Amino acid sequence: MQARNKLEENFIKYLLLLCAVTAVFIITLLVVFIFRQGLPVFGEHGFLNILLGKAWNPTASIYGILPMTVGTFYVTFLALLIGVPCGLATAIFLAELAGEQVARVIRPAIELLAAIPSVIYGLFGMVVINELIRYMERNWFLNYLPENYRWGYSVLSGAIVLAIMILPTIINISEDALRAVPRAYKEGALALGSTHFQTIFKVILPAAKSGIISAVVLAMGRALGETMALIMVIGNVTMLPQHGLWSIFAPVSTLTGVIALEMGYAGPEHRAALFAVGVVLFCIIAFLNSVALLLIRRGVDN
Amino acid sequence: MFKKAGLISLILLMSISLLVIGCGENQNAQEEGLSGNLVLAGSTSVQPLAEELAMRFMELNRNVKIDVAGGGSGAGVESSANGAADIGMASREVKDEELAAHPDLKPIVIAQDGIIVIVNQANPVNELTLVQIKGIFTGEITNWQDVGGKNAAITVINREEGSGTRTAFNEIVLHGESFTDKAAIQNSTGAVKTAVNADENAIGYISMGSMSDQVKGLKVNGVEPTIDNAKNGDYPIARPFNFITKGEPDGLTKAFIDWVMSGEAQEIIQEEGFIPVQ
Amino acid sequence: MLLTKPKGKEKLINLFLWASAFFTVFILILIISYVLVKGVVHVDLQFLTDKPRRMGAEGGIFPVIIGTLYFVTLTIIIATPIGVGAAIYLNEYTRENRLTKIIRFGTELLAGIPSIIFGLFGYLFFVVFLGDITGGWSLVSGALTATCMILPTIIRTSEEALKTVPRSYREGSLSLGATRWQTIYKVILPSAFPGILTGIILGIGRAIGETAALLLTLGGSLLTPTSIFHGARTLSMHLYMVAMETGNMEKSFATGVVLIILILSLNIIANFILKQLIARHS
Repeated sequence: MQARNKLEENFIKYLLLLCAVTAVFIITLLVVFIFRQGLPVFGEHGFLNILLGKAWNPTASIYGILPMTVGTFYVTFLALLIGVPCGLATAIFLAELAGEQVARVIRPAIELLAAIPSVIYGLFGMVVINELIRYMERNWFLNYLPENYRWGYSVLSGAIVLAIMILPTIINISEDALRAVPRAYKEGALALGSTHFQTIFKVILPAAKSGIISAVVLAMGRALGETMALIMVIGNVTMLPQHGLWSIFAPVSTLTGVIALEMGYAGPEHRAALFAVGVVLFCIIAFLNSVALLLIRRGVDN
Repeated sequence: MFKKAGLISLILLMSISLLVIGCGENQNAQEEGLSGNLVLAGSTSVQPLAEELAMRFMELNRNVKIDVAGGGSGAGVESSANGAADIGMASREVKDEELAAHPDLKPIVIAQDGIIVIVNQANPVNELTLVQIKGIFTGEITNWQDVGGKNAAITVINREEGSGTRTAFNEIVLHGESFTDKAAIQNSTGAVKTAVNADENAIGYISMGSMSDQVKGLKVNGVEPTIDNAKNGDYPIARPFNFITKGEPDGLTKAFIDWVMSGEAQEIIQEEGFIPVQ
Repeated sequence: MLLTKPKGKEKLINLFLWASAFFTVFILILIISYVLVKGVVHVDLQFLTDKPRRMGAEGGIFPVIIGTLYFVTLTIIIATPIGVGAAIYLNEYTRENRLTKIIRFGTELLAGIPSIIFGLFGYLFFVVFLGDITGGWSLVSGALTATCMILPTIIRTSEEALKTVPRSYREGSLSLGATRWQTIYKVILPSAFPGILTGIILGIGRAIGETAALLLTLGGSLLTPTSIFHGARTLSMHLYMVAMETGNMEKSFATGVVLIILILSLNIIANFILKQLIARHS
């Protein structure tokens, strides 16, 4: 009886261990399969040719991903520019200013923002935001924009949609970081005669700095990986944006977008090139997330 | 405690029953008549027509399931060649390189289709010459006033690389020249319609069979873009719809294609706005 | 609450902070109501029970609803045992050591991977490589891919739920002679159940909203799936494909309405369970 119990116990333990290592198993498989498909392309076409090539022309077997890389980072940075101030402000509001009642209105709203599927954001962006931007392009900035920047689909649309989508991430993690600041700091500053706002901006925010930075980095990771909402609003034109500041009205393409759109009809060489894009994307995001994780861990230790 | 157990059992029961229904084959399948699954994939221009034909065929043969997917003519050729689809759909001729890479591809023309050049309903321009259209799509002509319209920049809408409609348009209208790289890209006939509908200054090209009141079709060289004009050759822009199989079709595939070429199906093709093959 | 009254410049900052916070609520209401208003006109019983025609530009979304249900059920059936099992192992069977650090790092890494990459992996592994077993583009392939994606969520929330179970429960049970597994099965799991359920519902929500990965693994068939080895569409996929391929925005918005109502209901249910959890532990 005892022996049978022990056997059962051990069996269950190793079954559960198997469950636990599944995640590691999946990641390994993922890396192996995708890199196996994508890496040879770098060999065939030249690593720099692909990474820095300005033209993406699959019918001519030209696979330069620079336009998509620029597009991805441009939209992401603009989204962070719009989203971080708003998100941080909301986080400060929730951590320091809001009473019970108000928080009970704001928090569910943020949760819901995070739960909405990206295609809904894309649909809204396609129909509403692009209309607004097209109006701006054709009425306010008509004389400053080249013909093909008057379409509505633009970096700006993508950035706006993306900013809304990353708000929950920024708000939640920043708020945690702000709340983690020891009370003593705040009480000390107030006791010395600072106003609440002075305390917030000169004491609490700096103390929460690393947490806030990791919030931004994580949000950046999310933004870099976003696919559906962007495909529906940025135009998917594989060209480098130009004309200085007016380039926010340029239609662009992202690394994620080109994979999603072209996988359906890609021939074998084209498909392999798309996997190579996947490899690049994976490396960028894995790097970014590792940085964020390290920052969070360091923040916790401190 | 009992309530919880009850809830869990209910959920489990529902899931299991869903799966059992899902895993089981159709037990009540009649033994006579055709049965099986067919996968069609490819041109988004052919897709609506193929779907209608598939629906009718499935009504006539209740044990047959036909899936019609998009992806573009390029994907149509690819998937028939690599077996992902039983029938590949293409809205153009199979290219020489494709035949060279896959010599056993067998295309069958099931219909003809015109390509309409469309503009927004609010655009005052009603007709263009082939030369003007070529100029617009190659980027030589950039303002509507150069072709009799308002003073406004032309938004050129193009299809994606794998599109058969694009390849056909390129050959027939542009004579092989490159499209302007300032064109906006949309991935299907439907998307082009939406884009042109939303933009006063847009111009694009779509399958004639997919034409709707959303947008306005232009006369080309003075000829109305109608099915009859395309049929008798007066309207200059038309191309074939191809069903492509790997090797000679057999079994269910052959049965479907034979039916598509029959009088009954060709009538449906005419009803849907395409040109039947006579 | 503000502890000192704002003066001068601070009043502006105060305004900005309040405005930002309510802006998030405003945006949420704007987006949801826009979709609901634009779409609810086209949602009726016929829409929910009819088959789609013209690639979704006409007709209804019945096969899509069935496809979504099948897909979600299958995903949960596969993901829950693995995720909860992993959480149990990490929380009950080991202490923190090298192995658990690797497991946790792997799980965190998995959580950060964008969905399109999962789509590529799912296509290569489940659709092509294991195609003979999974049926290629099928509900099985899609569910397995989605499992990979929601696994970190389920593991994380299950672990937290397990942590809330008081130590005394474990010690009491073990001292009465129960084995470790008996303790887990009969004492700990029931106690952690609401928390675990919340995690599952969160996972369901994510799976329903997922699109990119499913485009490459579920296939997008418009027929009502009658087998898990058959392809299908989910509501998110249908919304995207109708909007991009047919341009019929009305049907897209209508699909969006069904999708939003589904997500809202899930959220409400999850919150309700969470409230039960808090009530019980007070």
